[in-house]
Amino acid sequence: MELICPAGTPAAFRDAIEAGADAIYCGFRNETNARNFPGLNFSPNELAEAIGLANIRGVKTLVAINTFMRAGAEEIWIKAVDDAVRAGAHAIILADLGLLAYAAEKHPAQRLHLSVQAAACNAEYIDFLVAAFGIKRAVLPRVLTIAEVAAITRKVRCETEVFVFGGLCVMEEGRCSLSSYATSKSPNMHGVCSPASHVRYREAGGDMVSELGAFTINRFPEGEPAGYPTLCKGRFVVDGADGYIFEDPVSLDILSHIDELRDAGVAALKIEGRQRGRAYVSQVVSEIRKAMEQTGRVEPEAGSQRLRRLSEGQRTTTGSYDKRWR
Amino acid sequence: MTALGRAAPTLTLGPVLFLWEPATWRDFYYRIADEADVDTVVVGEVVCSKRSHFHDALTGKVVDRLAASGKQVRLASLALVTLERELQVSHRLARQSLEVEVSELSAHAAMAGKPHAVSPLVNVYNAATARVLATRGATSICLPPELPASSIRAIVEGAPDIRFEVFSFGRVPLAISARCAHARVKGNTKDNCKFICGEDPDGLAVDTLDGQHFLALNGVQTMSSTVQCLITDVPELMSAGVSSLRLSPQVCDMARVAETFREVVGGRMDPNESLLRLRDIHPGAEFSNGFLHGLPGHLLKMPELPLGA
Amino acid sequence: MTLPPVVPKMLKPIPVPVAELAGQLAFARVIDRHPALLDRLGDFGGKTYCFAPIDLPFEFAVTPRLARVRAAHRGGILRYDAKISGPVVLLLALAEGRLDGDAEFFGRQISIDGDMEAVLALRNAVENDAVDFVRDFAPARGPLQGPVQTVLDRLRTHLLAREERRWN
Repeated sequence: MELICPAGTPAAFRDAIEAGADAIYCGFRNETNARNFPGLNFSPNELAEAIGLANIRGVKTLVAINTFMRAGAEEIWIKAVDDAVRAGAHAIILADLGLLAYAAEKHPAQRLHLSVQAAACNAEYIDFLVAAFGIKRAVLPRVLTIAEVAAITRKVRCETEVFVFGGLCVMEEGRCSLSSYATSKSPNMHGVCSPASHVRYREAGGDMVSELGAFTINRFPEGEPAGYPTLCKGRFVVDGADGYIFEDPVSLDILSHIDELRDAGVAALKIEGRQRGRAYVSQVVSEIRKAMEQTGRVEPEAGSQRLRRLSEGQRTTTGSYDKRWR
Repeated sequence: MTALGRAAPTLTLGPVLFLWEPATWRDFYYRIADEADVDTVVVGEVVCSKRSHFHDALTGKVVDRLAASGKQVRLASLALVTLERELQVSHRLARQSLEVEVSELSAHAAMAGKPHAVSPLVNVYNAATARVLATRGATSICLPPELPASSIRAIVEGAPDIRFEVFSFGRVPLAISARCAHARVKGNTKDNCKFICGEDPDGLAVDTLDGQHFLALNGVQTMSSTVQCLITDVPELMSAGVSSLRLSPQVCDMARVAETFREVVGGRMDPNESLLRLRDIHPGAEFSNGFLHGLPGHLLKMPELPLGA
Repeated sequence: MTLPPVVPKMLKPIPVPVAELAGQLAFARVIDRHPALLDRLGDFGGKTYCFAPIDLPFEFAVTPRLARVRAAHRGGILRYDAKISGPVVLLLALAEGRLDGDAEFFGRQISIDGDMEAVLALRNAVENDAVDFVRDFAPARGPLQGPVQTVLDRLRTHLLAREERRWN
């Protein structure tokens, strides 16, 4: 199994190589990728340099161009694909059908992966894209149990990749407009969710209140760990009672299920977090590397403890991989 | 024909996204058949496969009644397909003779090139994507609700052979999850949900800690608290070349909603006046059209009034 | 995590203009050594950032594109786009990529006020360009060079080690 690591900056990219990544995914500095955050990502030159470095170390570079082409501005996405191919990307990670069609036709030799943003959560959907565009791997959405991941992996005519650690989408990826409902900026169109440009923190009666756009997302009493106001991890009121309606502020961690994923035939494990710092990349990558190399069914508990501190809300969940989460 | 030389948009009644009592559901469609001036009616469970059995036995009768009243009937596929039995639903749909509206791409693949419609839950953000679907049988596409008018216009221009529909009335389906928040807040698990979402035929309100209306739960689907209403934008949609307007069933008089849209489409009612009429028909609703204007989706942008108005 | 109270007491008599000058020299040095920072900051380079260490008597307002640094006594800087407050060691370690910004913020160690997007841009930009404040910020020469560098280096090592212990 490959370990796929995030890199939001060239420095994080180098750290990920050092920490033991088999492959690193990254994106361009614009809305063509789903982590379009200020100060983050790669220029075409930086990408080419990073790929050069990765090649020397035998590490693969995957370029995420995984937002949906904005009608009327398709050339931005087309250029991103061309630039990634020219820079020598091992694979390009795409979600948009129109862009997949372009990449398959214009660059038939280029390896294509299906992004998690395509929300392909059954074998027939995936095989349709294998037939239509020759995708070589699908990243599975975080709506599936391990048993479902295994069933899909057995059935499909390409490799599968799953997320094992990091931020957790509660909603099916690529099919969520909560962010644009509150802020006008969406993951699909702008590559951002709950964007910082629309975030505000304010003090209110000793509490810290987090707001996104016009909406209060959470309120933290003194001393309680605060969270970034990601919509689906906010505290809301239903029927007069307040709580985390969709999901607590937690991160995904399924390191204790690595053996099951290996047995299921999953080709690659992915770490979320291109927006996170270098400290996160180094620590998470090396801990997970260790967990993957452990033989037998040892619970990587100590590692998980350390990683927990790097998690949102400093707590973790196995998410949809465990049926009870639903 | 309108002044623009294009046919006036038709009206499509989208599928009921909520879980309504079987009798209520049936009577709703009977009334639509008998009284509502809509061209196409989409029938079938989209949100949760566990709900399907409630209406399966009634679907035949409902379809017959709608067809007898001269309406084009479409059957909808499921939005989230992970189980084998859910895949089989798509295959059964592909084999029958009524038009199918695919809500997810495995169903599109199952159609194997046979003509079909595409639901707003499929990600069509550009004309290139629409053309990919069209080469494999898609003839009409309801665009994702979050698209701004500029995108709608560019897509219609770039794929002139496809009929495009716009989500014009109803709570917006914003997200879908494997986890059922609706069951969860009521203290149930998804696997033993007791169909608790049936208690909220218009969705279950989610407010912020400061009491702002925000979202609505509908089983595994999360919807807007506001009711998207593009009636004041009909002239813009028509000039963009939109072929059809989708009205999504809410707990209000949908026959009158359709009638109001028909009058505006036909140029017989002023859009601003029509908005007042819709407020009257659906008095509890907060209307929004922000998505169309590139604004946060929950906002309502009113057209500028002519001078002296 | 915060500095012992004796440190702010010791620093308090330093006049604001001296603190400001030190800030300006240090900033000029960072930009000199890390010219790519401004490029990565893009439009956010024109924003004014207030750094407010809660355990020092001063705070600083920095506008990177204008190479402008202003200092004031704590609470004295009123005009800024974004303000980042927290223990000085954490602020520095964060900027050096030694700690994870999200984790610190989730833990309420650091608080941010104002333009979050600008803060994010700065965090990401500084992270990419391995700043080393002990090396970059310490005076290049003069009587303070040795002591300041040694003190900061020791402090950093000591406090970060303490932080590391807390994780394990």
